[in-house]
Amino acid sequence: MKPYPTWKFVLLALVALVGLVYASPNLFGDDPAVQVVLDSGGAPPATVGETIATALNDAGIDAVSNQAEGDQWVVRFASADDQLEAADVLRPALGRGYGVALNLAPKTPDWLQGLGARPMNLGLDLRGGVHFLLEVDVDDIRAKAKDRYLNDLPAFLRRENIRYSGRRAVADGVELEFPDTERAEAARSAIVEEFPEIELTPSPDDPLKLSVQLSEAEAKRLVDFAVRQNLTTLRNRVNQLGVAEPVVQRQGEARIVVQLPGVQDTSRVKDLLGATATLEYRAVSEADANAAAATGLAPPGTELFFTREGNRPVLLMRETIAAGSQLIDASATVDENGQPAVSVTLDGAGAKRMFAFTENNVGKPMAVLFREREVVTNYNAKGEPMREQREIEEVISIATVRGVFGKRFQTTGLTSKEAHDLSLLLRAGALAAPVEIIEERTVGPSLGADNIAQGQMAALIGLVAVMLFMAVYYNVFGLVANVALLLNLVLVVAVMSAIQATLTMPGIAGVVLTLGMAVDANVLIYERIREELAGGAAPHEAIESGYGRAFLTIADSQLTTLIAAVVLFALGSGPVKGFAVTLSIGIVTSMFTAIVASRALVHLLFARRSLRDLPV
Amino acid sequence: MRLLSRVPNINFMAIRRPMLAFAVVTTLVSLALVGLRGLNFGLDFSGGVLVEVVYAESVALDPVRARLDDAGLTGATVQYFGSSTDVMIRLGPDAAEGAGQISTRILEALSADGPALEVRRVEFVGPQVGDELATDGALAALFAIIGILIYVAFRFEWKFAVGSIVATVHDAFLVLGWFALLGIEFDLTVLAAILALIGYSLNDTIVVYDRIRENFIDQRRASTVDVVNLSVNQTLARTIVTGGTTLFVLTALFFLGGSAVHGFSIALIVGILVGTYSSVFIASSMVLVLGVTREDLLPPQDEEIDETP
Repeated sequence: MKPYPTWKFVLLALVALVGLVYASPNLFGDDPAVQVVLDSGGAPPATVGETIATALNDAGIDAVSNQAEGDQWVVRFASADDQLEAADVLRPALGRGYGVALNLAPKTPDWLQGLGARPMNLGLDLRGGVHFLLEVDVDDIRAKAKDRYLNDLPAFLRRENIRYSGRRAVADGVELEFPDTERAEAARSAIVEEFPEIELTPSPDDPLKLSVQLSEAEAKRLVDFAVRQNLTTLRNRVNQLGVAEPVVQRQGEARIVVQLPGVQDTSRVKDLLGATATLEYRAVSEADANAAAATGLAPPGTELFFTREGNRPVLLMRETIAAGSQLIDASATVDENGQPAVSVTLDGAGAKRMFAFTENNVGKPMAVLFREREVVTNYNAKGEPMREQREIEEVISIATVRGVFGKRFQTTGLTSKEAHDLSLLLRAGALAAPVEIIEERTVGPSLGADNIAQGQMAALIGLVAVMLFMAVYYNVFGLVANVALLLNLVLVVAVMSAIQATLTMPGIAGVVLTLGMAVDANVLIYERIREELAGGAAPHEAIESGYGRAFLTIADSQLTTLIAAVVLFALGSGPVKGFAVTLSIGIVTSMFTAIVASRALVHLLFARRSLRDLPV
Repeated sequence: MRLLSRVPNINFMAIRRPMLAFAVVTTLVSLALVGLRGLNFGLDFSGGVLVEVVYAESVALDPVRARLDDAGLTGATVQYFGSSTDVMIRLGPDAAEGAGQISTRILEALSADGPALEVRRVEFVGPQVGDELATDGALAALFAIIGILIYVAFRFEWKFAVGSIVATVHDAFLVLGWFALLGIEFDLTVLAAILALIGYSLNDTIVVYDRIRENFIDQRRASTVDVVNLSVNQTLARTIVTGGTTLFVLTALFFLGGSAVHGFSIALIVGILVGTYSSVFIASSMVLVLGVTREDLLPPQDEEIDETP
């Protein structure tokens, strides 16, 4: 028998070792934990650890560990009771701006984590939870843009002293009519300069008419902005739910996926996802805010609010200068002096009022007020749901008016982090466009547990049946195939854990199916060896040519299946994708185990012996 | 242990014409079934709402229906699901149109002052999503087939590619026909199963083709029919063993895997039975029908060797 190259033994040992290492995190189980995230995204600062430690110490709860893990701060506990109690203590201690969620933190040892080894993700169908697919109302975005131009353009023309004789809304834009061609031309060039984002088409049969449409690029930009703003808004809201590992992701052009593991009460979630938040710009009253706070009475024409940071009282004039619904865009930038600033864009009506206000109030303070209304479901003593509306009103920034501004303006006097946070908050406050739930899948935790148990049972029984059969049918070679099969299973789990693929029920079905098909490569080889033996080949020769000749067949047959699996992955969604992932991984690992692993084993077993017969 | 004591010598190709005719008939019957009876599309494709609840004690269906009617949710299908405590409620896409809140309404209607219940599963699929899934699924199947066609044509020859696709499409149609005949719910996991079947059935066909290619080169004197026959016979033991072990596992999945994978396992069990039969009769017969010759498969370097005495 030809010597089997040493490097293949080394490769096999290496792959088996790495496979075992990366598959092993799945064996360690979980700690009950509390997970703390920053609402605005990013990792919580290290000071959170001290706040948590103090709060837990005061409440007399012992934490097993209290440290940053990835982008989150994770506090582990010895028991689920401690965990629940701690979450109740930490929510008020950390306050707004932080999401506090119950979680199961994997008990993977540090040295394994250091290697990047983590357990597999379980899909919602296996652990229970809710999946929403939301669609952003694109028509609404376009309609609002059209309305805006319907108001903005005439106002702009009046400012420019260009008289128009008529305007009306048409299917996809605005049509303006002018008394003479001169003015039509003047209007055209003025509009092109001021509003580069829109498209102007002179009416073919009437030179006095000008029709204005939103350009495709601008429409796309608006939709894109609205979806991104909705993503931020929804992410913030979801963080407030206290759900561990929520997923808020964009899918395609105008859809958003929200996945909340472990959540049962979907009505509360739906209320929250649809809640409205607004932003208001208001003048700051010069009356004594501290006195008002002490008495609880605000002077006429003003209202008392508190700042988000520090809970300082502020008196604001009742009248709103501009509101969040008039906000088109907000981003963190730097001003002309290189100082951090937030650049805000208002729509026509908002810009007009802002212009009028700032013209008369240079040097005076202006405040940004954040208001959010959400429906909160609480449970009374009988366990019945009680819904109430809760309103949050906070002053998030006070800045001095430095000059006159209108459509676009900057709020300065912030640190760069504050500018970033404020722009985020401005964008995060309100949904830019209404969202509609177009898909909902809720899996109860008991069903999830059933699914896991049933999937494992089916896989186990299937595996045992196949292994028994192989051992009986192919004798010693069957045992070799069984070792390869087990290694294959370890490798599938290892790869899925390493790439953090999500295991779903169809995924388990995929694993089970690969078990059935993984024997195929071995069957091909052994049948071939039998044939060679029947054809009069000597045992060693039969092994050699059995493996050699079966190789091409295996490659051809498995690669065609792999093509199907890859196409499934690329085009499928949800369960189809989950299935395709495990199937693809299973095919690749089964080719490796059947060709390299099983051959190496056979070599170890038979190469040094003189054989008269093969136990196949 | 041996299934077959030696390589059998069954003249499969002698009955290739009646078998192909049979395949044509069964395919047409399947298509007719799908066309006339239609597939029982599940929620994934049709859209609508499905709510599965478990009551603490067994419950009669009529009061459940009455509660839903009272809440203005008419036309709901209410049925037991496994036992008299498990109830499944379904509302069609019309009733559910544009209403992400519909599942909440159902749950509120059921839980208000009623017997205690636990939600096991809620699925709501808007009509727009269902249509997309159907289109994406059909596209996935089409692209999978095209990809395989290209691969087989590249590795073998176009006649083999055509033969393998005919066999594969036949298998997929037969499974669809089976689902239409029995009215089993056709959902996303079934679609995944059919796509997996495309892979499996091809796998089976390719193994036979591979042997045909090898035998064409080795057995220089045998006729084309004999080569094909020999190849099918030589791979028969493998075909049966692999099909058998896969069926073992799928049977385990069917009986133990729970309702979530019932459709999946039925589709694959039927598919593997059909796929095994088609790789023996249809795929192999097709290459004969298409008139494959030894020259089609001889690689160029073999011809060079041929010329040396």
